[in-house]
Amino acid sequence: MLTQRQVRLAWLLVLPTLLVVVLVAGYPLAQVFYWSLFRADIAFVEPPEFLGFKNYLYLLQDPDFRQALWNTVKFTVFSVSLETLLGLAIALVIHSNFKGRGLVRTAILIPWAIPTVVSAKMWQWMLHDVYGVINILGVKLGILSQKVAFLARPELVLPAIIAVDVWKTTPFMALLLLAGLQLIPEELYEAASIDGATRWQQFWTITLPLLTPALVVALIFRTLDALRVFDVIFVMSGVNPATRTLAVYNRQTLIDFQDLGYGSAISVAILVLIFLFVVAYMRTLGREALR
Amino acid sequence: MRTWLRLGNRLLFYLLVVFVVVYSVFPFYWAVISSFKPSDALFASDPNFLPLPFTLDHYKNVFLQANFGRNLLNSVVVAGGATLLSLVLGVLAAYALGRLPFPPRNAVLYLVLAMTMFPQISVLGGLFMLLRQAGLFNTHMGLILSYLLFTLPFTVWVLVGYFKGLPRELEEAAYVDGATPLQTLVRIMLPLTGPGLVTTGLLAFIAAWNEYLFALTFTVGDKVKTVPPAIASFGGATPFEIPWGSIMAASVVVTVPLVVLVLIFQQRIVAGLTAGAVKG
Repeated sequence: MLTQRQVRLAWLLVLPTLLVVVLVAGYPLAQVFYWSLFRADIAFVEPPEFLGFKNYLYLLQDPDFRQALWNTVKFTVFSVSLETLLGLAIALVIHSNFKGRGLVRTAILIPWAIPTVVSAKMWQWMLHDVYGVINILGVKLGILSQKVAFLARPELVLPAIIAVDVWKTTPFMALLLLAGLQLIPEELYEAASIDGATRWQQFWTITLPLLTPALVVALIFRTLDALRVFDVIFVMSGVNPATRTLAVYNRQTLIDFQDLGYGSAISVAILVLIFLFVVAYMRTLGREALR
Repeated sequence: MRTWLRLGNRLLFYLLVVFVVVYSVFPFYWAVISSFKPSDALFASDPNFLPLPFTLDHYKNVFLQANFGRNLLNSVVVAGGATLLSLVLGVLAAYALGRLPFPPRNAVLYLVLAMTMFPQISVLGGLFMLLRQAGLFNTHMGLILSYLLFTLPFTVWVLVGYFKGLPRELEEAAYVDGATPLQTLVRIMLPLTGPGLVTTGLLAFIAAWNEYLFALTFTVGDKVKTVPPAIASFGGATPFEIPWGSIMAASVVVTVPLVVLVLIFQQRIVAGLTAGAVKG
């Protein structure tokens, strides 16, 4: 039987991948769930003690956790909405026919290709409070009345980091939206023009509705990334409470404080949060758009 | 009047284009310029927008005084290893999922898709324990293994798409000629998925090359440490002295290969990114 043999072969081919998934995701995840029920340090200096759900109860009243959650939400909402608007604008620019559009498309790939750690360092240098080019130019052009310590002032550090993230990830948004724009048939615009619709009307009645599926996919991807943000925050301001997101707080608890039990509970909370987000997103926006 | 208006619109449009290009490119340009300036010119109150005066001191510094060469080698080994392993395992799995009769196909595909959205931070503690138990903490193999968490599901997901796109007749012709499924995969399907393999491999490599959280957490000292955590922790002679010139030089060294790859393969990367996302 050819099919019988084929099924067996298929199992054989998929097996290595499944084993890897169990090893690097399944087993560690089981450990995280298990240890979230204990008081335990990551080096097991003290014998672990079973706590039941006490770590989770503590989570609900931990002000640091609440602050980290709030920072994560602020980061996600502002960076994703700014990236979407800017990405849409850039996609529309590249989509229109003009000389040099290839050059623009290449240029916007540069921020995407740069490692997040490098982009964080580059911007840290540009935002330097004394020698940073942004401060020097800002004062010279009269945009800033005096030099600003963007990364030291508690009210400015999160907006500054959001600006860096927007710079780095807008290209991804723009490319996804550009792919969506290219799927819209040209005839629709021609027909609308004949009927006397203005460019503005065409954007609202043709472009935006037909772009929705691409927009939803791009939003899901970017929001998922933003909810688990670590690199840009940790490199630019470490564990500073003003910017500490869930992922940063989680690593600090697990590795710096060596608190395996409570750290694992935070990990589970992040996982649940992301899972809920995916379900909610798919339900509300996704159903019609992804049909 | 109308022509003036059109000319104005055109001008505005090109201003927007110039803004987009400058916004995208300037920060990297500034890093390159800074990496070539002597330290006293870096800390000038009126900076030059060209690398004048010019020096290679920061590059010498990075390679001679810091362990940056070692970090670079580690990055190549870890990112290269993770990419190769993902491609080999990914091709086998994707072929089975895309072309062979496999009853739990949808369940496995959902699992793979779920994995691509998986937050790395959620298994940080568990992986830390696993690597320590297995004696793989602070080893290249350990880091490669942990990177499979995000490179493998992505590779499988995109490659299934490529395999499904190939015409059925090819396979049937091979079977008629008496080829086994494995021979069909290696001799017929694999050469046809070449472009897909390049794109997927490139995207997996870039993701692994740029990874920071695991590299920071699962390495100690410079033996295995890759470039991102090394750059993030570059220090000066004193804690108050940040060697911006050297940091920029190291940043340029790690970024240039990526920028070159992206420029060469830009069409494919864009196609792969949108394929990975749109089907996701």
